[in-house]
Amino acid sequence: MRLQFILAEIASGLRRNLSMVVSVILVTFVSLTFVGAAGMLQLQINQMKGYWYDKVQVAIFLCSDGSTAAGCATGPVTAEQQENLRNVLESPAVAQYVNDFQFESKDDAYKHFKEQFSNSPIVDSVTPDQLPASFRINMKDPEKYQIISETFSSQAGVETVIDQRQLLERLFSVMNAASLVAVSVAGVMIVCAILLIATTIRLSAFSRRRETGIMRLVGASKMVIQLPFILEGVIAAVIGAALASGTLWAVAHFFLGDYLSKQYPDTAFISAGQTLILVPALIGLGVLLAGVSSLLTLRRYLRV
Amino acid sequence: MIRFENVTKVYDQKARPALDAINLEVDRGEFAFLVGASGSGKSTFLRLVLKEDRASSGAVYVAGQNVANISSWRVPRLRRGIGVVFQDFRLLPQKTVFANVAFAMQVIGKSRSVIRETVPEVLKTVGLEGKENRLPHELSGGEQQRVAIARAVVNRPGILLADEPTGNLDPTTSMGIMGVLDKINQNGTTVVMATHDDDIVNEMRKRVVELRNGVIIRDEAKALYTSMIPVVGQSRRLRDASGRDPQPVTTRAEARAAAEHQL
Repeated sequence: MRLQFILAEIASGLRRNLSMVVSVILVTFVSLTFVGAAGMLQLQINQMKGYWYDKVQVAIFLCSDGSTAAGCATGPVTAEQQENLRNVLESPAVAQYVNDFQFESKDDAYKHFKEQFSNSPIVDSVTPDQLPASFRINMKDPEKYQIISETFSSQAGVETVIDQRQLLERLFSVMNAASLVAVSVAGVMIVCAILLIATTIRLSAFSRRRETGIMRLVGASKMVIQLPFILEGVIAAVIGAALASGTLWAVAHFFLGDYLSKQYPDTAFISAGQTLILVPALIGLGVLLAGVSSLLTLRRYLRV
Repeated sequence: MIRFENVTKVYDQKARPALDAINLEVDRGEFAFLVGASGSGKSTFLRLVLKEDRASSGAVYVAGQNVANISSWRVPRLRRGIGVVFQDFRLLPQKTVFANVAFAMQVIGKSRSVIRETVPEVLKTVGLEGKENRLPHELSGGEQQRVAIARAVVNRPGILLADEPTGNLDPTTSMGIMGVLDKINQNGTTVVMATHDDDIVNEMRKRVVELRNGVIIRDEAKALYTSMIPVVGQSRRLRDASGRDPQPVTTRAEARAAAEHQL
């Protein structure tokens, strides 16, 4: 009976305060969407790290016709220089850091280039001659890049040594900054949500002061009096959180899954399923927001 | 049932106390009128019984328990044992008569079957059978007050506090309400009624406790609104035992005016 009564009270409260409830739903929706977006960016960063760090290599580009680097003073790399580099790579001093390495000739490089840019007209204007040959090194520990770089930068016939990881790091730092921005926006929106929930509860308590006054007089417990108000806020926040979760799922499914992953087939995007782990967090956060702010408001504005 | 031991209530340190060292005992099953001008401390008395306020000093006992020792989460239990009726009825306008009375049972978790059984019974006691489905605005003032009384007693409290329950009603209707309160009192409920209504007090011949400026100046059994000692005109001022503020509000019209002024 009491449960039914409380539910009926909540329903009437939600109906009476509909416009405020809708605004609470929207504000929590937007703020939790930003929180979720930050979470998604972090998931994406982790995903890409896992995917790329196994594959990225240190590349030693060898001198070709147009090279201007110091090590290329003697012109394009000679077979002798190339053999020398291979020997260094196989020497115990270097080999202990290296899992394996491949030589990528100009023709291999051209083939990979054509694959990667198959849709682009740039392929037609590039010839194998323009692409440098390289050694692709798979490191045992990617952090030891410095050793390879120091060993090979000064060798004759080497144009440059590139750690592909550093290129990724730059991308990740951009993504980290973006998620930081999302979190800051979310922070402001959450403050909005808390204040709005507090105002809504206050209005609700005011418009029902007759009922609560009578409830007090006939000896209703604190819980029976306060619970409908708290649950009102919590329900609105949960709806907002559900909308935010749905939005994130839709972004992951339609934008990342259907659109971006076709545009960039060699990039590992998070799947829609993975975003679902954010849902309990968002709903929990929504419940916490609403619960705490309505409790504090009631303590001030509803005598029991 | 209700016992005040040397109770003082001060709202404002600079002003005189609302209640000043009150000693009073109301026994189980008693019917007591609390009379006195506005500001004499009647409402404060009722608020202290309900633990809406704390006494500044002294002890208030309700049903043998010192209300100061009741923890805040047990206050609802105290209030379940006390019914309250007000001058302005305080019904919920969008609920029917039945729903208004049932509300008091719903919020303390009574089962639906108990409610369906008890509410018509109580409505019959207050003389409202057949009006279960009316809305408050469809009822006369007297009927609305009967609904409020039904709501106050539906959980069978041991005490019924009435704060000027006939204040908004005409004399005939008031007598009807008094009949209902008397019936409830006959069933064993202690009734304390604060009032300005001299006709009613004179008619009922119950215990009368008169307050003035927070002090009990008269406590008489089977008494009248004014003292049994015959007093005429100006000489009424002699009754002021406390010697303070010798300006008794004695006529009903004056009392009303004072009450309205305060509101």
